[in-house]
Amino acid sequence: MKLLIFRTTTIFLLPLLLLFSIFLLLRGHYLPGSGFVGGIIAAIAFILHAFAFGLKNTRKLLRMHPLALMPVGLALAVFSAILPIFQGLPVLTVLWLDEPFPVVGLIGSALLFDSGVYLVVLGVALTIIFTISETV
Amino acid sequence: MLLAVMSGFILASIVPFSGKLLRGRWSFMTTALPGALFVYFLTLIPSIANNQVRLFSYQWVPSMGINFDFLVDGLSLLFALMITGIGTLVFLFTSAYMKGDAYLGRFYGYLSLFMGAMLGMVLSDNIFTLFVFWELTSISSFFLIGFNNESKASRKSALVALAITGLGGFFLLAAFALLGNITGTYSIREMIGSADILKAHPSYLLVMVCLFIAAFSKSAQYPLHFWLPGAMKAPTPVSTYLHSATMVKAGIYLLARFTPVLGNVPAWNHTLTIVGGFTMLYAAFHSIFKKDLKEILAYSTISALGMLVFLLGLGTSEALLAMVVYIVVHALYKASLFLITGIIDHETGTRDINKLSGLRKVMMPVSIAGLLAMISNSGIPPTFGFVGKDLIYASTLESEILALSLTTIAVVTNMLLLYAGILTGVKPFTGVLPESFKEVHLPDWRMWLPPLVLGIAGLILGLFPVFIEGGIVMPALHSMYPMAPPFHLMLWHGFNLILGLSAVTILGGLLLYFLFKPGLRHQTWMAKLYGSSPEHIALLFSRKFRVFAAVWTRLFQNGYLRIYVLMIISFLTVLLAYKSFTQVAFYINPAKISPLTSTELVVMFILIATVLYAVYTPSRLAAIAAMGVIGYCICLIYVFYSAPDLAMTQFAIDTLTVILFVLVLYRLPKYINYSSWLIRVRDGLISLIFGTLISILALEVLYEPTNKETTRFFTDNAYTLAKGKNVVNVILVDFRGMDTIVEITVLTIAAMGVFALLKLQLNKYDQEL
Repeated sequence: MKLLIFRTTTIFLLPLLLLFSIFLLLRGHYLPGSGFVGGIIAAIAFILHAFAFGLKNTRKLLRMHPLALMPVGLALAVFSAILPIFQGLPVLTVLWLDEPFPVVGLIGSALLFDSGVYLVVLGVALTIIFTISETV
Repeated sequence: MLLAVMSGFILASIVPFSGKLLRGRWSFMTTALPGALFVYFLTLIPSIANNQVRLFSYQWVPSMGINFDFLVDGLSLLFALMITGIGTLVFLFTSAYMKGDAYLGRFYGYLSLFMGAMLGMVLSDNIFTLFVFWELTSISSFFLIGFNNESKASRKSALVALAITGLGGFFLLAAFALLGNITGTYSIREMIGSADILKAHPSYLLVMVCLFIAAFSKSAQYPLHFWLPGAMKAPTPVSTYLHSATMVKAGIYLLARFTPVLGNVPAWNHTLTIVGGFTMLYAAFHSIFKKDLKEILAYSTISALGMLVFLLGLGTSEALLAMVVYIVVHALYKASLFLITGIIDHETGTRDINKLSGLRKVMMPVSIAGLLAMISNSGIPPTFGFVGKDLIYASTLESEILALSLTTIAVVTNMLLLYAGILTGVKPFTGVLPESFKEVHLPDWRMWLPPLVLGIAGLILGLFPVFIEGGIVMPALHSMYPMAPPFHLMLWHGFNLILGLSAVTILGGLLLYFLFKPGLRHQTWMAKLYGSSPEHIALLFSRKFRVFAAVWTRLFQNGYLRIYVLMIISFLTVLLAYKSFTQVAFYINPAKISPLTSTELVVMFILIATVLYAVYTPSRLAAIAAMGVIGYCICLIYVFYSAPDLAMTQFAIDTLTVILFVLVLYRLPKYINYSSWLIRVRDGLISLIFGTLISILALEVLYEPTNKETTRFFTDNAYTLAKGKNVVNVILVDFRGMDTIVEITVLTIAAMGVFALLKLQLNKYDQEL
């Protein structure tokens, strides 16, 4: 009975938490929140799922090994860092789009960078927790 | 010039991957590089005539004053020509000697790495690039000595050599840092200008000692000489090139280069004379008792290096001239002898002088080369060796103090060296050819030509010393001794005392050779002497040090997490307590502390209660849950003091940590109390003291004047420069973006580490099951 409630809640909580994590990521530049917190909250969402439905199902849901998220995130961050070089600007200069994006607002390469952080943190947290819960 | 120095490194990075292409008949193609460089340096000779210098400057790290400043003067060109000239012959020799070796490409790679490093070292005017190249020569020497990496003796010798020369490298860096500090420049040329300041400086002795240790370790002076005989485990081309002709002269070069900067001071001269004099006698004495050709050569090389240091110590214009000439003489005959040894070893399979004889019948050109090398070594006219030895005697005779004893030492050393020269250059070729060597044949021309060329060069230079006198020798002398009077190298000075001494040397050496045969008695005698040799003491020290290291590690790295934590906390406590009692004026101003609100009081109360609960609960899970509550309480405090970002992150992290702990601890057996009450009291006391100290520290920090400039910059510019309103996030992704990149990289590495460690463990368990 307990498990049933837990599972049902998780089904609703997972997308909500993921949405919340992305929300934190996007608003980070203006209001409290950032890629780091976003990544951790996303990780918590998946871990919750793993508790409710078992690790195997979570892995299926994730479709990829969490290890694979880290290089992608790192590459995104580094890419956003070296992007300015092509415009003759120093590394890590933030470039901004001229037009504000609907809903999200003004978008710059800082968001790309933060998304990289998000993915790395998600990957790191999931890798560590998944590995430990599988092995111990 | 930059290309000339770097070409060695470029070749070194290409050759190992050439595979079969260079292993076969094309292997001698690599000779083209040192050959071309030799020609290039020859063309530079006119530019240094009349004691001029040429400077090639390339920027590297201009902000720190470190640039590739290549200075071509007599001294550096002399060494550059030796490095490339002998390099050419060694490269050629190698192509036949190491034919078919599976790792020939790698071998050539190390050799050209060494050549590049050595060239860079002798040409550098900047002390820090000199240091870098100096270390590179040590490293390439390490790789080459350990080239036969399957032999344990090779590996050990390589490590010993690296340890000794690496030790010297540390002292060199120290000496250079001091020199740079005192003179305010990193250029040796400019240091000459402040030579007087340096000599009067209180740190002069320190600089001198550091420089001496560096030079003595590299140039195998007593008591740091013992790595050189061990280095003979390397293939013979390496012994020829690195350990007799060039690399071991790096220390000599260093001393010569710094003679105008630091030299001509009694402490400098006397130390060098004593160390050099002792080394040359000690090593020459040892060389005559050895049986292995290469070992004899190793000790006679040490002796020759001692001679060079000795001459540098005398420091007069004649002595320095003798040194320059002797460098050339020694490089020519010693390289030749080493190559001959290599041929003998390659063809007969032995280097034992008692087994070798009569080889002239099967390898005539080699025996001619051996004879030429021997007579140059012995200083028999008309070779260049005779010119060199004449100059040595001239300079010892004119020494202001102890002229007689110094001359005697030089004569005795030369007699012993002559003995060693006959053993290695002549003895294997004379006498009856044993039955077992009937099959031995003359090797490929690429092997016998190089020693012959070197021998003939020694002869030609002896007959016509004018060939190198104006072009190389005088400029080289000038760069060490700018006031040197003009001098002419001559074969014949007429009948005088010096000629008499030469005759005594030759006769004495020959007599020694015919009358003295080292026997078993001498062997046991030498073995007894070994107990007091520096090599024995160093090895003993390294063994004892290993025991000490094991004890030390067991004490501090015992593998118990609780002991680590205890150590760290206790150390910090002691440090903090010491600092706060001795240096901090302790006071609290109650007016500055904001009043407690009721919500804060409630949170504090919960915090304290959960801490006590976490300590006293008998259940692990409960303790972890309590830790989680503590984390959340801290989050609340963050919220009260308006740090929402911190609070949010702390909140998420705490949740994750609790999950992590639950995952790990869930499977552990039921909670059992392992620690006695005494240990608990001890731990409680330490944590109490530590907590109190941290609280004091936190309170004190409030009263320290802080620099708000950074804070103001970030808050003022977050929106204008980075278009963000959340300052914390702007700092993370924009102002300190590089830090964040590094941090996420570290995170990734940590996660991969966890993954790898745990998975590895799993496999191990599987195997055990």
